[in-house]
Amino acid sequence: MKVVLENLTKKFPNRNKKIKDYVIAVNDFTFEIPDGKLIGLLGPSGCGKSTTLNLISGLEKPTSGKIYFGDVDVTELPPENRGVGLVFQSYALYPHLTVEQNIMFPLGNLKGSEKLTKQEMKEKALEAAKLVQIDGLMERKPSELSGGQQQRVAIARALVKMPKVLLLDEPLSNLDARLRLQTREEISRIQRETGITTIFVTHDQEEAMSISDMIVVMKDGVVHQIGKPQSVYDDPVNMFVAKFLGTPPINIFRGEVKNGRIYIGDEDVLNIAEPKKVKEGEVYVGVRPEGFILNDKGRFTCNLERVEVMGRDTSVVSKHDACENVTIRSIVSAENNIDTDAKTVKFDLKPNKVYLFNKETQDRIMF
Amino acid sequence: MENDKTPKKSGKAFLSQFKGYIYLIPALAFLGVFMIYPLVDVLIYSFEEGYNFTSQTRLGVGLYNYSYVLHDTYFTQALKNTFIIVIITVPLSTGIALLISLGLNSIKPLKNAFQTIYFLPYVTNTLAVGLVFMILFKKTAYTDGMINLLINAFGGESVDFIDGPYWAKMMVMCIYTIWVVMPFKILILTSALASVNPVYYKAARVDGTSPFRIFYKITLPMISPMIFYLVITGFIGAFKAYSDEVALFGTDLNAAGMNTLVGYVYDMLYGNSGGYPSYASAAALILFAIVFTITIINLMLSEKTSITQ
Amino acid sequence: MDNNDRLDTSEIRNSKIRGVIKNVFLYVFLGLWALIVLFPFYFMIITSLKGFGAYNSERIPKLFVDNPTFENYVSAFTQVPLAGYFINTLIFTVVTTALMMFVIVLAAYAFARLNFKGKNVVFALFLSLMMIPNELVIITNFVTITNLGLRNTFTGLILPSVTSVFYIYLLKENFEQIPEELYKAAKVDGTSDLKYLLRVMIPISRPTIVTIIILKVIECWNSYVWPRLITDDQNYFLVSNGIQEIRENGFGRENIPAMMAAVVVISVPLIVLFLIFRNKIMEGVSRGGTKG
Repeated sequence: MKVVLENLTKKFPNRNKKIKDYVIAVNDFTFEIPDGKLIGLLGPSGCGKSTTLNLISGLEKPTSGKIYFGDVDVTELPPENRGVGLVFQSYALYPHLTVEQNIMFPLGNLKGSEKLTKQEMKEKALEAAKLVQIDGLMERKPSELSGGQQQRVAIARALVKMPKVLLLDEPLSNLDARLRLQTREEISRIQRETGITTIFVTHDQEEAMSISDMIVVMKDGVVHQIGKPQSVYDDPVNMFVAKFLGTPPINIFRGEVKNGRIYIGDEDVLNIAEPKKVKEGEVYVGVRPEGFILNDKGRFTCNLERVEVMGRDTSVVSKHDACENVTIRSIVSAENNIDTDAKTVKFDLKPNKVYLFNKETQDRIMF
Repeated sequence: MENDKTPKKSGKAFLSQFKGYIYLIPALAFLGVFMIYPLVDVLIYSFEEGYNFTSQTRLGVGLYNYSYVLHDTYFTQALKNTFIIVIITVPLSTGIALLISLGLNSIKPLKNAFQTIYFLPYVTNTLAVGLVFMILFKKTAYTDGMINLLINAFGGESVDFIDGPYWAKMMVMCIYTIWVVMPFKILILTSALASVNPVYYKAARVDGTSPFRIFYKITLPMISPMIFYLVITGFIGAFKAYSDEVALFGTDLNAAGMNTLVGYVYDMLYGNSGGYPSYASAAALILFAIVFTITIINLMLSEKTSITQ
Repeated sequence: MDNNDRLDTSEIRNSKIRGVIKNVFLYVFLGLWALIVLFPFYFMIITSLKGFGAYNSERIPKLFVDNPTFENYVSAFTQVPLAGYFINTLIFTVVTTALMMFVIVLAAYAFARLNFKGKNVVFALFLSLMMIPNELVIITNFVTITNLGLRNTFTGLILPSVTSVFYIYLLKENFEQIPEELYKAAKVDGTSDLKYLLRVMIPISRPTIVTIIILKVIECWNSYVWPRLITDDQNYFLVSNGIQEIRENGFGRENIPAMMAAVVVISVPLIVLFLIFRNKIMEGVSRGGTKG
């Protein structure tokens, strides 16, 4: 089932009642989610991603705009008529019911011709439980399960009624690091096996990048960029997106475009292939950590702080006056030999890992 | 028990072991005189036959007091009245309170105002407001009273609720009891309902759960500990009914046929028929036994149906 | 509404109408109960403002007052010793509450912070006393007070009402939530136990202490049974006994407006207290009240 969001906007009255202005949680969101894909809604907390999820589920009504499931306008439909499965951040498992009863709960709501017998319900519940691999825990109470198991029960409960759309709110945030890795693969596997259009919300860019078919980067209720994880990473539309994606984060420098070259400080660190296309003046220069090449005769000199060995790679931590970050982090191959006692380190930059941003708007300047 | 190796300190250390008791002296003194001693004493009283309060003499020891009380028609009347009050008011007040709390929890405007109003009976003197109830229900030579006017408006006959037939008196009794116990129950249930995490309701809504099923399958199990708490305290409270009765029917409850167990105890002790602490003690112990048994049964039931979080 | 879909818009409209009907029903239901709660109060106020003659001439009591008069309030204070009942209740309430606070604060502190031999045994004993109903011990207390010749005295009224095991328990729980580190810090600074109690624990536990005071004041103001047993001299009556006395022997049984005036006067202090401390009282009752 494809999901279409059309100029979706949600305003809340300000919490402080004296302020008449509205808080805009989601602003003019338009996006077509293709059928059967896994979509990650990504952004810092308070960016409106959870509100978007609530709008799609029907728990909240948009101020304006429309939502379509397939060709059907569901904007005014209550959640129960939309056929969505929703997994809550806190899982919302009913504490007084067993795992099986929890999974069967949505089936008990079916009425009329859809009504199932107890036996059919049990079979469906078992099927869903097998899918998430908790079929051995059916008689337990949620309090007797680990966080990861609770998460699986919550997913099974959302899947049991075969929703058209599966929504996951911060599905991994309550799990420890090891489980997080395992569960995100699990979610990806379940999604591929069921083929249900799945939308999940997260503030963790690594999580979103690793399993999503497409990611939506949001901030302050505004969608900044939509695309495949790799293309968003490679081609950020503005400085926010560039900074938000990638660990370690991108290094931002105050720079200048002059004489067809990019300057950081006094050094011209990179030539611009087609100088005529770029206006001269002050800019921000973003360099991905993997965009640095160690070179003794390199054009970019930084003050070496320390070298962190990470096995496969080596992280070179250095400083530069024009850098906006506290330190510059660059990732180079471990095969490089670095003189750790040296005061400075010299780099060349990979042109495709360097981005220019407008000093005022912070929008990307192509070069 | 002085294992201390430095004898100089040991005296002080020994004393400090008991320093806590200095702080407890007032509490222990009051409790000893007015609770522990009476507890023993009431048992003794209840077995002392023919104890005379003025001459402080007794005839013997035995179960006669219990037998007397159990054969006393005033006692059986009081027992019957108390049981009727308990059986009618506890379920009814808990049920209505649950409905009101559910209503309160699903509105926003005026919620605070309603809560404040509903709580008022808790802070009023039951004797004083009972007088008002009496006047509202009473039929006199001058007027049939407010309630009878209301009954007449719906085509019913006037009834004297205060000096009239037994069922009428019992009805006023139960209505007033419910009116008095309601604030506590509403308060407890509203906060119990409010403490249910709204995420469960959201989850149920997404699954298309009907409101009735949400109530029956989610809300009720989650607040069931509080409901049991209310039922238990409600039983205990209703078994001790007394001052509400006095408020409506006056101090001579036996004459009105509206006495309760507690009322019987006090009347035996002091009142028109008073001066028999032995009978009073026996009656009080019987009351205690009943309340204790019912509380235990309640607790066992709540254990069985309670949820494991 | 756009029509680019085949969805049943009438169903949506229906659900909205259902929502409105549900709300109307809800407010009517809640309003009805509010009316039932408020009506006795309203009735006592309007009746108290009616003249004796006016009241008795109304075969159908009017729900409003034609010629409001305050004469009933005057007679409430002149014909019956209402002011005396009031002062008695005030003395009883203040002294009982103050004594109780003294007793329970010390006991709660001992249980919460001090270590002494037999503490657990004594505390278990205290807890088991919570189950003992007042009705059971009141008989002996009546005999004790009578034998001591303390009937119709404030001492006799107050002494048995001073302790409350439940409040000791409530306060102890609260004291225990104060971090142990504070106590250790105070010890290191050489603070005495008593000083620590007064300077640290009581101020920190103020909300609970205020709650307990309010609950005890309500209890004292409305107490009826014990005062009835222990006093038969009008000079020592509390308001509850006073109102019963007024009802049976006061104004003459038929002067209902005057009785209502007395009822209003008796009810007002607690209602005012409630309206001022609304949140405190409701929170306190939900934690520690068991009336009903």
